[in-house]
Amino acid sequence: MALALLLLLAAWTPPAPAILQIEITQGVEGALPIAVLSFLRELKGPLDQYPAEVIRADLHRSGRFSPEQGAAPLRLDADEMSRLLRTWKARKVDYLLVGALRELAPDRYRVEFRLFDTLRGEQLLGRSTVVRAADLRSVAHRISDAIYQQLLGVPGAFDTRVAYVVVKGRGKARRYELQVADADGHNPRTVYRSAQPIMSPAWSPDSRRLAYVSFEGGRPAVWMQDLASGERRKLSARPGINGAPAWSPDGKRLALTLSQDGNPELYLLELASGRLTRLTRNRAIDTEPAWSPDGKALYFTSDRSGSPQIYRLELSGGSPRRITWEGRYNASADPGPRDEQLALVHQVGSDFRIAVLDRRQGLLRVLTDGRLDESPSLSPNGAMIIYATEERGRGVLAAVSSDGRVRQVLRLQEGEVREPAWSGYLQKRPDNRIVR
Amino acid sequence: MLKARLPLILLMMLVLAACTAPAPRPDEATAPDAAAGGEAAAGQAAEGESVPLGEEAFGPGFDFVNDPKSPLNDPQSPLARRIIHFDFDSDKVRDEYLDLIAQHGQFLAAHPGLRMRLEGHADERGSREYNVALGERRARAVAKLVELQGARPEQIEVVSYGEELPIAFGHDESAWAQNRRVEIVYEAAGK
Repeated sequence: MALALLLLLAAWTPPAPAILQIEITQGVEGALPIAVLSFLRELKGPLDQYPAEVIRADLHRSGRFSPEQGAAPLRLDADEMSRLLRTWKARKVDYLLVGALRELAPDRYRVEFRLFDTLRGEQLLGRSTVVRAADLRSVAHRISDAIYQQLLGVPGAFDTRVAYVVVKGRGKARRYELQVADADGHNPRTVYRSAQPIMSPAWSPDSRRLAYVSFEGGRPAVWMQDLASGERRKLSARPGINGAPAWSPDGKRLALTLSQDGNPELYLLELASGRLTRLTRNRAIDTEPAWSPDGKALYFTSDRSGSPQIYRLELSGGSPRRITWEGRYNASADPGPRDEQLALVHQVGSDFRIAVLDRRQGLLRVLTDGRLDESPSLSPNGAMIIYATEERGRGVLAAVSSDGRVRQVLRLQEGEVREPAWSGYLQKRPDNRIVR
Repeated sequence: MLKARLPLILLMMLVLAACTAPAPRPDEATAPDAAAGGEAAAGQAAEGESVPLGEEAFGPGFDFVNDPKSPLNDPQSPLARRIIHFDFDSDKVRDEYLDLIAQHGQFLAAHPGLRMRLEGHADERGSREYNVALGERRARAVAKLVELQGARPEQIEVVSYGEELPIAFGHDESAWAQNRRVEIVYEAAGK
């Protein structure tokens, strides 16, 4: 017990609050010990961000690592590396990350890192890249991604973003904001603001655009917005519901819900031509389409059996097949990157919780214990699910690993946060040089 | 000059008196048409004419939505009740609301220059987009009953906000029950 406490104290704790403050509420036993040393700095002035802090926060947040901090290396030469490897091996820390940050010219920095296995005394990774100060956080996230992939065999999803809706004020003063932040809650930006509700943000597969529902003008419409330019385009404003947009994996089509024919049905909208195809035809509610990763099928919510359940529709034809059988209420399916695992909202007694359905084994696992959990969205590597929950009567975001072992809460300082949507991988930038 | 003015002043005094007259007692204002007729007749009593019920009672261009004399704005009129509540995950209109919806239907049918917006809402539980669908089904269930009274479908617009615009902010059954609703909103045609 005393030892566990000591280890806990020795483990790294998160830095000062960001806008979306993240608190790990449940961690994993057997997280990998890794020392992330401060970077060797050759700078002419101070910087807002240093990579080691960002990397430690990423690894800690994943629940799969227990990062420790240490002083910067004196040099990046062989002697210094041997000394550090011996030190950290003796402390039973299996992995070691060292790096350097050098100012080459005004606003041009070389970031270099090496990852070692301390037991074997081997270098596992080594890269360098040149960036501007504004991209230092993003580079640090990519280093975290590289470590995650190297040590766990799965790509990391640290250099990604989350879109969500913030509601401030009540009654006539109520305001809705569509925001986009880095996956660690930093760098939040409001991309659209309205006095009318905003709903259902959905990322384009290249993570450059969002589709969403806006009630501006007193009626719902589906909009598309380019994040870089801020340019908006109205995609659908037909009588009745215009809702639940979902981008096809090839980015060319949008699945959405329309009720122009008197009842909520699924449609496909071809973005280039504006051509609309109706997909479902019955008297029940059909909504919340979500694409299978191969783009050949849609999962959706329907109450055709009498209560909401998840169905799968093959776009090649045939009638939808029901895939959830446990419980009275299953909705908001997100298959994420792997077709065999679906995140969804599942009713347990009078509570609504996030669950994962393993389609191969037909097993449904409830991952959360809230009363009003909703809007699950998988990270692009399928490892984490971000969702909306309430904490002391206030809407907050939370994340849970898809195996249910790690949990964290993301709090905003003001307002209610809801409907998180995790982006895909960001576009690859010109890549880094391998260093040995 | 004075002679010519006198009747005008008298008329103005009469109108003023009518406007400041006490509001009709509750028992005089049970039916919408009675309330409407009573108010209009008071306002036009100086002309000494009988006032027909229906659209003409308020004269052409009468603003039913905003005019304080409109039966829609008379708290004693059943037409002032414009919220219909529902059970969880249900779009079935409860029996207790059938009469009220029928009265709104008759009023809308009698005033072709009016439009009705039916705003469907759900409580916060479960998925947001499913709740939009549910809110729409509730609003459409009310729309059908309104149409049964002879209102034209073009007079009615259905919009669902799902769980996005709660009127009660708690996280318990009493708040949820208030939020599962359809709101009847009257609009002037052409809006």
